[in-house]
Amino acid sequence: MQTMNNDLVLQVTDLRTYFNTDDGVVKAVDGVSFALRTGETLGLVGESGCGKSVSCLSVMKLIPSPPGRIMSGQALLRGKNIFDLSADRIRQIRGGKISMIFQDPMTSLNPFLRISTQMIETIQLHQGTDKMQAKDKAIDMLRLVGIPNPGKRVDDYPHQFSGGMRQRVMIGMALSCNPEVLIADEPSTALDVTIQAQILEIIKNLSVEFGTAVILITHDLGVVAGMCDNICVMYAGRIVEKAKVDDLYQDPKHPYTQGLIKSVPRLDKPGKQRLYSIEGQPPNLIDLPDVCTFYPRCEYAMDICRQKYPPEFVTDGRAVRCWLYKEEK
Amino acid sequence: MSTNNILLEVKNLKMHFPIEEGLLFKRQVGAIRAVDGINFSICRGETMGLVGESGCGKSTTARCIAQLHKPTGGEVNFEGKDLCRARKQEMLKARMDLQMVFQDPYASLNPRMTAGAIIGEPLLIYSKRGILNYTKKDIQKRVEELMEKVGLSRYFVNRYPHEFSGGQRQRIGVARALALNPKLILADEPISALDVSIQSQILNLLNDLQEEFNLTYLFIAHDLAVIEHISNRVAVMYLGVIVEIADSKVLYKRPMHPYTKALLSAVPIPDPAVERQRKRIILEGDVPSPDRERTGCYFYDRCPNAMPDKCKNNIPQLREVEEHHQVACFLYFDP
Repeated sequence: MQTMNNDLVLQVTDLRTYFNTDDGVVKAVDGVSFALRTGETLGLVGESGCGKSVSCLSVMKLIPSPPGRIMSGQALLRGKNIFDLSADRIRQIRGGKISMIFQDPMTSLNPFLRISTQMIETIQLHQGTDKMQAKDKAIDMLRLVGIPNPGKRVDDYPHQFSGGMRQRVMIGMALSCNPEVLIADEPSTALDVTIQAQILEIIKNLSVEFGTAVILITHDLGVVAGMCDNICVMYAGRIVEKAKVDDLYQDPKHPYTQGLIKSVPRLDKPGKQRLYSIEGQPPNLIDLPDVCTFYPRCEYAMDICRQKYPPEFVTDGRAVRCWLYKEEK
Repeated sequence: MSTNNILLEVKNLKMHFPIEEGLLFKRQVGAIRAVDGINFSICRGETMGLVGESGCGKSTTARCIAQLHKPTGGEVNFEGKDLCRARKQEMLKARMDLQMVFQDPYASLNPRMTAGAIIGEPLLIYSKRGILNYTKKDIQKRVEELMEKVGLSRYFVNRYPHEFSGGQRQRIGVARALALNPKLILADEPISALDVSIQSQILNLLNDLQEEFNLTYLFIAHDLAVIEHISNRVAVMYLGVIVEIADSKVLYKRPMHPYTKALLSAVPIPDPAVERQRKRIILEGDVPSPDRERTGCYFYDRCPNAMPDKCKNNIPQLREVEEHHQVACFLYFDP
């Protein structure tokens, strides 16, 4: 998978982010590796607390420390390790090369500043243009994300926009410096379905237009199905399965992925049959033993699952961390 | 649908929240029309789904039915009695048969009470008022029985809410609602705050309990796939009015109202092959504020099929256009 090095934008290897708490060390992210190529949309799927957001915040070096610590790993942006860079250099990357959209657009915009002030600041910082040019650029971006009357709206405050509009502003701001990577952390979770459809459409179209690689973090399997090329499924701080989107839905390998896909009611396949449910709940991430974290909930659990955490078994472009696929290697 | 089978009938229910101005002498300058005249009925043993986007009045409807808000107008007939005009004692008795499960399992449980105390509280209250006569021992027995019913171990009876996970807390919420053997449960987004793998557990639990106790549900959600799964009939709300009611199978196969169509097409389906072929109806703009009185169709501003004179100047009423399929849209009848 990692042969075409020239269009590899971001490569994360063996990322470990731990948090020290009073109760012990929380291994929020424990050995996560993924690669992102130009124009690709990668989905990170998992339940709350599985480490999706922490992985991406680590890549941006936005983990508050203490209590958080990046224990090991590399994040290569075009071959350069982000973790080796000075704080100043990283600040140039954030918002410039890598930008991020957060879940709640109200808390990620400054309520005291006009949209124009916030956007001009970003554009000036990263592109070194003068104020007038930056403002024109800001208006262009707002037009691109579909805000009506952008010339006037650019001087409004965040509270004057609705939830969906605010998320549009965030997208416009994030894309204003032509980033190579856009990290979208649950961009549509706080929005209604009809607005969600609008926002996803914008992200999809603009990422094609600008050739931006997108990491889409979400818990909604429906959203990833329509948006992504590749998917990483996370469970308890690790990626348990990596696959192309079609493969994953047609033939999920890991028992957790299988359960997740089966447990969602589907609109196109109506019926009153009982939903599949994964019994139990995700484990506490404090002091996890080195065994498969999913085995207490897994219906195929074997002896070996209780003894050792499975390595990554790779078969025809699919990587699964499950002992069930040992023979296939 | 025979009339004696109807458990709950809502007639022209209105809930307007006043907007006030002035510090000392408050005067009303307008109203938020959260619920603006809705009609529907629920039969015994069925599950009625109520869908719509945030702010469309779903939760307000449930709260008005339970009389947590005093409605501005209209009737809520529960077993033939109008709850809006019921006296306190009558209401107290009616509430035994009408319980709620709330959305946020973190906010809806008192953090200073143990699981046992929370589940037993309804029994305790009704025993104190002399409507039921449970002794302490009876309550304890009933609480343990209920916990087992909802899939919690009886050994958790002395634990506090913070010791439970989100899914388990929602189970406590369900057990509390079941304590008084209600007939109708108003479930206000009971699974929206939970993780995907936990959602299906709670949905299955609600289904099992319905069969066992012959419960009737009013199930509120914004997730159309969930509503489709659990409901027999579905009502779609927009801006405080119901725009379409139909059997769930019919609604999903043949939606009639343009809003329902758009809503259904916006739901992502977890299958990339299906997703690529689907055509989305993307609605323009946002839901308008419900603070003014409307003279035309509530959906007029965003409707892709809007007809300038008909829809702008007449309010379409919910009308039965097929058997068991009611729509409020001038595409199917003339004003």
